[in-house]
Amino acid sequence: MTRTAPALDIDAILDDPDTRIIVCCGSGGVGKTTTAAALGLRAAERGRSVVVLTVDPAKRLAQAMGLTELDNTPRRVLSVDGAGKRRGELHAMMLDMKRTFDEIIEAHADPERARQILTNPFYQSLSSSFSGTQEYMAMEKLGQLRRSNEWDLIVVDTPPSRSALDFLDAPERLGRFLDGKLIRILMAPAKAGGRSAFKLLNAGFGMVAGILTKVIGAQVLRDIQMFVTALDAVFGGFRQRAEQTYRLLQAPGTAFLVVAAPERDAMREASYFVERLADERMPLAGLVVNRVHRPLVPSLSAARSSAAAEELDARGEHELTAAVLRLHAGRMQLAAREQRQQEHFTSAHPTVPIAQVPAMPEDVHDLEGLRQIGQLLAS
Amino acid sequence: MSQPTGSRGDSSGEARDTDWDGVRLHVVSGKGGTGKTTVAAALALALAAGGRKVLLVEVEGRQGIAQAFDLPPLPYEERKIAVAPGGGDVYALAIDPEEAMLEYLEMFYGIKRVGKALTRLGVVDFATTIAPGLRDVLVTGKTTEAVRRRDKQGRRVYDAVVMDAPPTGRIARFLNVTQEVAGLARVGPIKHHADLVRGVLASPETAVHFVTLLEEMPVQETLDGIEELRETGLPVGGVFVNMVRPAGLPERVLEAACRGRFDSAELALGLKAAGLADVTADASAIAEALAREVAEHAVRTELEKRERIALEEAGVRRYDLPLLPEGADLAGLYELADTLRTQGAA
Repeated sequence: MTRTAPALDIDAILDDPDTRIIVCCGSGGVGKTTTAAALGLRAAERGRSVVVLTVDPAKRLAQAMGLTELDNTPRRVLSVDGAGKRRGELHAMMLDMKRTFDEIIEAHADPERARQILTNPFYQSLSSSFSGTQEYMAMEKLGQLRRSNEWDLIVVDTPPSRSALDFLDAPERLGRFLDGKLIRILMAPAKAGGRSAFKLLNAGFGMVAGILTKVIGAQVLRDIQMFVTALDAVFGGFRQRAEQTYRLLQAPGTAFLVVAAPERDAMREASYFVERLADERMPLAGLVVNRVHRPLVPSLSAARSSAAAEELDARGEHELTAAVLRLHAGRMQLAAREQRQQEHFTSAHPTVPIAQVPAMPEDVHDLEGLRQIGQLLAS
Repeated sequence: MSQPTGSRGDSSGEARDTDWDGVRLHVVSGKGGTGKTTVAAALALALAAGGRKVLLVEVEGRQGIAQAFDLPPLPYEERKIAVAPGGGDVYALAIDPEEAMLEYLEMFYGIKRVGKALTRLGVVDFATTIAPGLRDVLVTGKTTEAVRRRDKQGRRVYDAVVMDAPPTGRIARFLNVTQEVAGLARVGPIKHHADLVRGVLASPETAVHFVTLLEEMPVQETLDGIEELRETGLPVGGVFVNMVRPAGLPERVLEAACRGRFDSAELALGLKAAGLADVTADASAIAEALAREVAEHAVRTELEKRERIALEEAGVRRYDLPLLPEGADLAGLYELADTLRTQGAA
């Protein structure tokens, strides 16, 4: 039996004043950023004050939204006279991960301590590397935007992680690290004012410290120690901060949209994501399936179409019709395969609402293109 | 298959005349959704064909190889997963940075049985997820170790290693390990290790390939990736154009359709002749709908042509892989491997 998924009512989500955050997540290359931008535009045109936070948009999409630089500041894309009495606004920003990190340090440390951290080689490397920092900073920025209360809807596009779930884990991981035992080992020498402090620790700690010195070298260890000591004095409870962000994501005003393409790998990832969000008690709104191929003559099956093409070929007539029929058969096959992928998903997750967006021949280049995607999402 | 051409060092396999003779490490990158894992798997099969031994590694913990070959998740262990046409072997390894780190400590420092302590104290977590660049050095380090590894007779253990690498947007950074660990280690053992890895990655024994679709964004990312690799002095390999659809219609028909001048009247006659419509009105309706499909196809074909021209400018070897009607299942992988061999990629 073919299961039909409930339809995802995008406009109901966008129009609900209680929806404050929409998180678009999914594997790479499925059109997450485009979906986020299209949702933002549609929400703004329906009268909401929206900011789209994007992590790494393709150049042309960024241009479509009028973003020319990575400057970590929301830029106004357009103002519209919304459907109701309210005036909608669309802002967009690109995350600058290093600047976001620097700003946290500057906001929370006294100038001398901030300088110590910002010039530390280990910090400089950490703040510009991709190892989880991007995810962490995306979530940090989301928290900041939410707390500022300047927008009534934030649409966020998650980073292109190696694992699409990194953004859920990164804050927790960084928090765990900064509050963990390792930090205490690393901080010990700095606190006691010398390397001899390792001796004060128990044998297990001492051994680990020894290995660390041996493998990463004394200078690096000192950099890390200084960084951690300075940072610890600034934050104390880094973990607490991570937990705040996490709770923000669990709040009822947040809607997660899993984005996928109707292909095996992307749908599998989407399935995994849906399960993971449920485990974490994160509010899932539904699944967006992009790039769906829809045949325009669904009544003419692939089999009939191919057979007719063969028949014409054999008779040596209507060459063009035969070629068009083969083209149609290919399209029907592709559509059937895509349909199967979605059915797999729906049999595993029968209650997850789905919205489909048909494949477009061309990438989106401008607001008109985004508007069109928004309409398709909502229809 | 051609005769051996020149020296292939101590390769145990039979030499052949391919575009990448002498390359032992094939790094396969590509934008998300382009089928990079599928192409890496097909390339491994193609390279193994005719009695060679090839290792296929994955580095992002996604178990993509297991899924491509329809196997249960792979452990951190080199195991045979497929037999290539003509009797070669494909081995696979899912590199886990934590395991790689413990192995590394044991191999280079003789530090044993500290795994639990390190894990408990968060050292492993720190090294593999937080310390900038360290994770990448660990996985590229493990990969290059497999490339260099020799058996007791001094022969290379693998004829080639294929890496299912991170996506195009991250690839230059991922491979530019010395730079990546610079903040962590300017001198000392990590720096030394990174230099060793970099030596293999930047050598003519390595080729970094890109998988793309004939679509604007993947092509742009491919061109950017090639540019970035060239800037960092890493060896650019070929471009694998995946999921290529046949044009299916004559050029002039496509051109007309692009400009909205496709003759659906002729199509309607054809449909009637084929017995797909009895009534003329039906035939016209179907023909018009089919004409819209043709128009969409024509527009896409036109765009694909443009992207192909953009790719040509990169000046690298290109290979076409067809769109498989049934998707890239196991049979599909062998079909793609065969296509790669025919085109000289392996």
